[in-house]
Amino acid sequence: MGQVLINGLYSGVQYALIALGLTLIFSLMNVMNFAHGQLYVLGGFVTYYVYGVLGLPFVVALLAAGITLAVVGLLFDILFFRKVLARSARDESTMLLATGTALLLDSLFIIFFGEKHRGVPTVISGVMRISNNIFLPYSRVLIIIISVAVIVFFILFMKYTRCGRGLRAMAQDREAAKLMGVNVDRYSMFGWALAAMLAGLAGAMLVSVSGVNSGLGTWLSIKAFIMVMIGGAGVISGAIIGGLMLGILESFGSSFLPGNQYLAIFIALIIFLAIRPRGLLGRQ
Amino acid sequence: MRFTSAVRKVSLGMLFLACLWSASAVMAQDVIKIGVLGVMSGPAASWGLVNRYCAEASANMINAQGGFEIGGKKYKIEIVSIDDRNDPKVAVSGAERLIHEEGIRYIIGPNIDPTSMAIVPTIEKGAAISIPYAFSKKLFTPPAKNSILGMIASYQAGPVIYKYLQDKRGIKSIAFVARNDSESLNQRDEGVLAAKALNLNIVAASDSYETGTTDFFPVMSSVVSSNPDLLVISGAAPADTPLLIRAARELGFKGIISTETAQDAKVISELAGDLANGFISVGGASTPAIRSSYMEEFIKNYEKVAGEWNDEAGTKVYALEIILNTIKAAGPAALTDISLFMKAIDTFSMPNPYLKDNRPLRYVGLGDFTQRRQISVPMVVTEYQNGDFQTLFVGEVAN
Repeated sequence: MGQVLINGLYSGVQYALIALGLTLIFSLMNVMNFAHGQLYVLGGFVTYYVYGVLGLPFVVALLAAGITLAVVGLLFDILFFRKVLARSARDESTMLLATGTALLLDSLFIIFFGEKHRGVPTVISGVMRISNNIFLPYSRVLIIIISVAVIVFFILFMKYTRCGRGLRAMAQDREAAKLMGVNVDRYSMFGWALAAMLAGLAGAMLVSVSGVNSGLGTWLSIKAFIMVMIGGAGVISGAIIGGLMLGILESFGSSFLPGNQYLAIFIALIIFLAIRPRGLLGRQ
Repeated sequence: MRFTSAVRKVSLGMLFLACLWSASAVMAQDVIKIGVLGVMSGPAASWGLVNRYCAEASANMINAQGGFEIGGKKYKIEIVSIDDRNDPKVAVSGAERLIHEEGIRYIIGPNIDPTSMAIVPTIEKGAAISIPYAFSKKLFTPPAKNSILGMIASYQAGPVIYKYLQDKRGIKSIAFVARNDSESLNQRDEGVLAAKALNLNIVAASDSYETGTTDFFPVMSSVVSSNPDLLVISGAAPADTPLLIRAARELGFKGIISTETAQDAKVISELAGDLANGFISVGGASTPAIRSSYMEEFIKNYEKVAGEWNDEAGTKVYALEIILNTIKAAGPAALTDISLFMKAIDTFSMPNPYLKDNRPLRYVGLGDFTQRRQISVPMVVTEYQNGDFQTLFVGEVAN
């Protein structure tokens, strides 16, 4: 049971990192970014080349992945979403655009990175033996620590900085924020960069444990949506809780309902949404 | 002046006609189109892409020699590839396009049971032959006759590997873990039957993981706790295998790990490193100890097409070569009439160009399918050691 819980917490903190970016975009621009999993994958590939191929330190690879993905997020906003949002008020337009960008990225990944699963050497080797039946590799301990640090930094940033307050104001009421002098275009751009960076960092960390391949994005996007739906769309604390819950549910499902864990998770999700359609902490 | 202008116009016209003629002469060169249908996107993309790269690399080698000769005439080889996304509906529409729009009679792929089964009515109606890399016996056993297994099936490799490990390494207990899809679960069930036949103690056979899983600690925690001598990863995708191995080793598993599917040494090396030493899998013709100079040349061509070598290709290199040589043996009419191809199957044999020993490359399957509906791909059982596969032994399907 202890191993199951630890496995769940490990997955959960990474999922929380992925869900944070997705929920940030949704709260700022009401955009369901179906390409969020692909951003994660891109972060993994950047790390693969910087850390695995070029042999630079892992910290450099993390920074490279974060910066690259922030730029990609900016380009997403400037080249695609801002233009479509300016011309169409329909949610379907951005949903189609997000699906299109996901497919585009999937194809580009295959062309540029190939079909193979990529991995990098373990950052820290060795396994921590917590008890006779509970193991935790040090590489996972490192990822848990970095993930929690990034989440805490993100929360503090959103709460105590001028930029974070601006983003929260936009998330609450975009028009009111605009009237209060918030430069919504600039903040939207920043929100995209931040969200993409979070996904990229998650991918960068995961590549050292799980590796990455061109086709992972869609399934990760689906998982990210499950987390956001559990926690409540557009709420930061909801994304964190949703991520942790999915990680723990997966872990328990693997142990006690082998082969049927996702069937059970989806059934539970349907029942849960029927009772509480806005998720645990979602807005009315 | 006018005369000069007229001469210039006539000259230009002649030049244009000459260009047109030479272009049409090139275009008129006979072409054999071969289809590749398989998963080329998503987590299992490497399965279909390796098929495609193998076919393209082989076609490039043949075309560089001026084409493939059938009935005294040389044909250029053109590969037409379609991604079926491992989706039976997409596979059916892909097969329809290859057969009815492209006029193709010979298709390499698909990669899994659901897609391979789904296209059976289409290939039967369209008088085409497919070379699937899926193991369901229904595909190859009468009344089915249009599918030919392109590799060694898990139920053929499994018993051989388990017996070898039982005799040479003294394994007594076995556990299985499989991906939660019909193909892998079917392979696991076949493995369980084979283990029972060898009187091995099956300590775990119900654990599975979902497609797209990146953290295998949860599923491996359960399997490793059963402490088997041999842990079999059934139907493992090359992307998942090293992660499963790594999770098992990090959880303290000391026994042997094996799979019956082809893997790639570089992927294993990057993701599992030395933790994968001793891992046993089934390869093709790619280990240096057994490959011929023709295989070396193929590897170079493969690298040109795909950018880098993939050990999975060692088991998938055979399809185009044997299709073309069987058509050659059956005569040019077999290019459009697959019944002639089917007649030639029973007696067809050629030296295996990819192995040093040039053992016969033919059609087998009488034992498992009661008819010859399998390419006699050698069963090269390999062990991973420090970044490379070492050949343990080379077996084959008997008949």
